[in-house]
Amino acid sequence: MLSYLIKRLLGAIPVVLMVTLAVFAFVHLLPGDPARLVAGPEATAQDVEAVRTALGLDKPLPQQFATYLSNTVQGDFGTSLKTRRPVAEEIGMRLMPTIWLTVFAMVWAVAVGLLIGVISAVRRGRWPDYTGMIVAVSGISFPPFWLGLLLINLFSVRLGWLPTGGYGTWQHFIMPSFTLGLGVAAVMARFTRSAFIEIAREDYVRTARAKGVPERRVIWRHSLRNALIPIITMVGLQFGFLLGGSIVVESVFSWPGVGRLLVDSVSYRDYPVIQALVLMFSLQFILINLLVDVLYVFANPEIRYK
Amino acid sequence: MTALSPTTDTVGKTRKPFAEFCRRFLRQKVALLALAFLVALVFTAVFAPWVAPYDPSAPDYMNVLQGPSAAHWAGTDTYGRDIFSRILWGARISLAVGFLSVTLGAIGGVGMGIVAGYYGGWTDSLVMRLCDLLLAFPGILLAIAVIAILGPGITNVIYAVAIFSIPVFARLARGTTLQLKQAVYVDAARAVGVADPVIMLRHILPGTLPNVIVYFSMRIGTSILTAAALSFIGLGAQPPSPEWGAMLADGRTYMGVADHLTLFPGLAIFLTVLGFNLLGDGLRDALDPKLRSH
Repeated sequence: MLSYLIKRLLGAIPVVLMVTLAVFAFVHLLPGDPARLVAGPEATAQDVEAVRTALGLDKPLPQQFATYLSNTVQGDFGTSLKTRRPVAEEIGMRLMPTIWLTVFAMVWAVAVGLLIGVISAVRRGRWPDYTGMIVAVSGISFPPFWLGLLLINLFSVRLGWLPTGGYGTWQHFIMPSFTLGLGVAAVMARFTRSAFIEIAREDYVRTARAKGVPERRVIWRHSLRNALIPIITMVGLQFGFLLGGSIVVESVFSWPGVGRLLVDSVSYRDYPVIQALVLMFSLQFILINLLVDVLYVFANPEIRYK
Repeated sequence: MTALSPTTDTVGKTRKPFAEFCRRFLRQKVALLALAFLVALVFTAVFAPWVAPYDPSAPDYMNVLQGPSAAHWAGTDTYGRDIFSRILWGARISLAVGFLSVTLGAIGGVGMGIVAGYYGGWTDSLVMRLCDLLLAFPGILLAIAVIAILGPGITNVIYAVAIFSIPVFARLARGTTLQLKQAVYVDAARAVGVADPVIMLRHILPGTLPNVIVYFSMRIGTSILTAAALSFIGLGAQPPSPEWGAMLADGRTYMGVADHLTLFPGLAIFLTVLGFNLLGDGLRDALDPKLRSH
């Protein structure tokens, strides 16, 4: 089991390096001179040269990449063009709100998704199944930013029950995490249903039934446990969806997180911040996938005892 | 998913895979309904200049922010522009972005996937690592990074969303290619000296198409949603474009005062995406009835 984990960990290194290289190349793919971008449009030719030397943009590319890599590892992402503050500080301030939002969204979405999926599978072909699957396909197709607006309109503008946006109390979390999680809950419901139906055809489920194990136990003990393996993988994939989704949802609810920072930075062309955020989002995603693999090992005895 | 193979029915006569596929697809009422809706939508979009009751960009300051009425089915916006007409024109943008970006992504991805699967070795590794790289940027993030490089705008949204579809199609096509490479008819073609590009185009590409088509439909839904999201956060189509996401962003300031500004564009996005997703589900079930239960 340990050797499997080590192998998996080593396998992630090339992807991490490639992602870092791509993010590094990002600034060089931009139209125009990076030194001029940093110096600003009003800078003189001299200023631009000074910035170029200061940032090491006059050095050969491999050397620049090495510097970038070593700075990144030390948590130095440069300075924001907009606020002139260290990028790491800008991101640090906004990281926790995004993490909490993602976690809340994930927790309810997986719980509800699993429940709907199991009910649909057990009542397959009857009305709970149809209702569940109609809700699920609608959830997948629902534009999260529209859902956010509808919720704000109903619960904030009309009823005045919840704040329209911002961050602070638990009330602030309700609408954003519901909006962010809906798509994931829908995907989880569909996926759980199919994983469950697949499992129900297995011999051990039939055996359990045949020897008189109560139906409730067959469902929760024998079926769900085995369906968990593919479900865990799916949860990991959905994290990527949530990370991407947080960018849009944070914009709807004025959430002070990294997603909204990214959108603002793109509008402002604050390249050091964009670069750092793109790197952070994708490294998070790779890390989560790694974690999923670890969980997978624990959930699947076949790998565990190898 | 497996490719279609000729099936034998109870009488014992073999059906052609395509006929069998059509027969199964025609039994799916929801998917047919979705298809009918989408066909109607495409027609309205194409003929929007003739169908739309008003000029989508003509302001009418006498009739600003009016609710739905007989004259303006979906009401008017802050400039008195007819929202129903704008939604019809917006359908052109959303459908064009959806079709073009997924087509580009599918051509790129399928091409890469077939070449990777067919040649194997380092070509395969290279293409697959490239896909890993693209997939390492979750969801809309890749599109935003591309927009950050190319700049905001609807044309750049097409490229951004296309790139985001490439790895998925590449993996799909590679998988099928690996299966088909073993097929007797491919071996035979190679034995008689057919050139590799011809084998890939004539003998392998058609085999990958069924899966690609199913995915194509689902992917259009995702792409329309992504493009609308980009426009909503200000990185896609810019006002005064009647793009649905941009219209929603425009209308959000008037929530509680003029709800129709956010209601109808959102409904348009939802129904269109739902249509493509239901069609995709139907195509998938028709392609492989074993997956039907899923």
